[in-house]
Amino acid sequence: MKEEIIIAGFGGQGVLSMGKILAYAGLMDNLEVTWMPSYGPEQRGGTANVTVILSDAPISSPVLDTYDTAVILNQQSLDKFESKVKPGGTLIYDSYGIHRPPTRKDITIRRIDAMEATFDMKSAKTYNMIVLGALLGVRHLVPLESVMTGLKKALPERHHHLLGVNREAIVKGMQLAGDC
Amino acid sequence: MEEEIKLMKGNEAIAHAAVRYGVDGYFGYPITPQSEVLETLEALMPWNTTGMVVLQAESEVAAINMVYGGASTGKAVMTSSSSPGVSLMQEGLSYIAAGELPALIVNVMRGGPGLGTIHPSQADYFQATKGGGHGDYHFIVLAPATVQEMADFVGLGFDLAFKYRTPAMILADGIVGQMMEKVKLPPARPRRTEREIAEQCPWAVTGKPEWRKPNVLTTLELDSYKMEENNLRYQRTYRAIEENEVRYEEYHTDDAEYLFVAFGSIARICLKAIEDARERGIKIGLIRPITLWPFPTQAIAEAAKGVKGIMVVELNAGQMIEDVRMAVEGRVPVRHFGRLGGIVPNPQEVIDAFEAEFVSQSQK
Repeated sequence: MKEEIIIAGFGGQGVLSMGKILAYAGLMDNLEVTWMPSYGPEQRGGTANVTVILSDAPISSPVLDTYDTAVILNQQSLDKFESKVKPGGTLIYDSYGIHRPPTRKDITIRRIDAMEATFDMKSAKTYNMIVLGALLGVRHLVPLESVMTGLKKALPERHHHLLGVNREAIVKGMQLAGDC
Repeated sequence: MEEEIKLMKGNEAIAHAAVRYGVDGYFGYPITPQSEVLETLEALMPWNTTGMVVLQAESEVAAINMVYGGASTGKAVMTSSSSPGVSLMQEGLSYIAAGELPALIVNVMRGGPGLGTIHPSQADYFQATKGGGHGDYHFIVLAPATVQEMADFVGLGFDLAFKYRTPAMILADGIVGQMMEKVKLPPARPRRTEREIAEQCPWAVTGKPEWRKPNVLTTLELDSYKMEENNLRYQRTYRAIEENEVRYEEYHTDDAEYLFVAFGSIARICLKAIEDARERGIKIGLIRPITLWPFPTQAIAEAAKGVKGIMVVELNAGQMIEDVRMAVEGRVPVRHFGRLGGIVPNPQEVIDAFEAEFVSQSQK
């Protein structure tokens, strides 16, 4: 098993921490993991992205040019990464703010309405966990329990009372993916 | 603390490994992209547990001279910085090397010259391996490619530094400093006692007991005959290090028709490029020097015998390539591919560069 993932959106959407929790979940599942934040000139201008690799074998490059799965949260990132999904790969995007939807025919495209679901949950801070849930709903990379264990490890103890609401958000995301 | 598996940045791994190794003192000054070393040490508060001193100095010049002082007493002391900060430390490094003192210096390189960028680079290869300060000196240079190696090389660096009484440097790039990976942290061991230090480091200046003459550590020797003796002693140490401590890894070299040589995280980008190329029948191998000084000259000379060409891939304008060319002695073409100023190439760019240098030319 090897999954090369790019998660891309605006700074502040929780892209990096979503990637970190995914990586932690992989660790809990005894996978090899790398988490590589966008660390170049492209990080200027408000976009943020992170490459996460989960694999059952040692991982070579943490920097990639194509991806199995892209999780896209704004138009700039869609413009940049749609062409970088490997043929047969998966592109998951949040419809919010997207005015030129993806057009490729050789990949699986899943639209999710994560931002709208966030409004329903009345907590903007759950956005990235809804997206993470959607990713896991589409690509069954790690079980929910590994994510929760990872989340517990990633969150400082003073935030552990938020584990419940995060779990709800992830489950909601999984349902969104199922509904698509 | 028992052995533990965690997910963390390379910079954080260095801090955790330092506490667990039983380091006595860290002296540093913040600079991107390595500030997490100092930040993590401050968060761990090891002065409450192991008694380790963590001190933010007023400058890099102060930090390296605190290391010089601490090392003179036989303590395990270290500093970390990034390129411009390490330039400021060069005078101190020359003194520490001349004083034959063990110490660990971490350089998480960023793009230069000057203040440059905060993004990854490997442009301090010359400075680290050829002696950035004055005088005929070397120190051991370790180049980590994984977060695990960031942690492991703290212990290895100190072990080698004490074995040979020489500074050791971890020469990392911003990628391995900033990326997160799984890391197995070693079990914690206690700091050495004063008695153990006195036994292991009879040269240390720890206060003169009744039964011996004072220890004097100085790098000043106005008698040139004696200074030449000192230099010859340094050189004997360097030859012993070259003899015993060369470290490198080989990948896919058995059947390789071409060879990449790369260090640090760039070696991993090359490895991915090689895996992709092999799927298309292009057989490339990789040598990853782990010690940049001493350099794996023989291993590269040996590997060069069976290949048509070598490409050295670095985040600089061509530095390690000089050592590769000296190893190869003109027997095969040695080309360079690098990005500058903080740009990191992806595996496809590496393959494109390789094909432009070697494949398309042979087809013409």
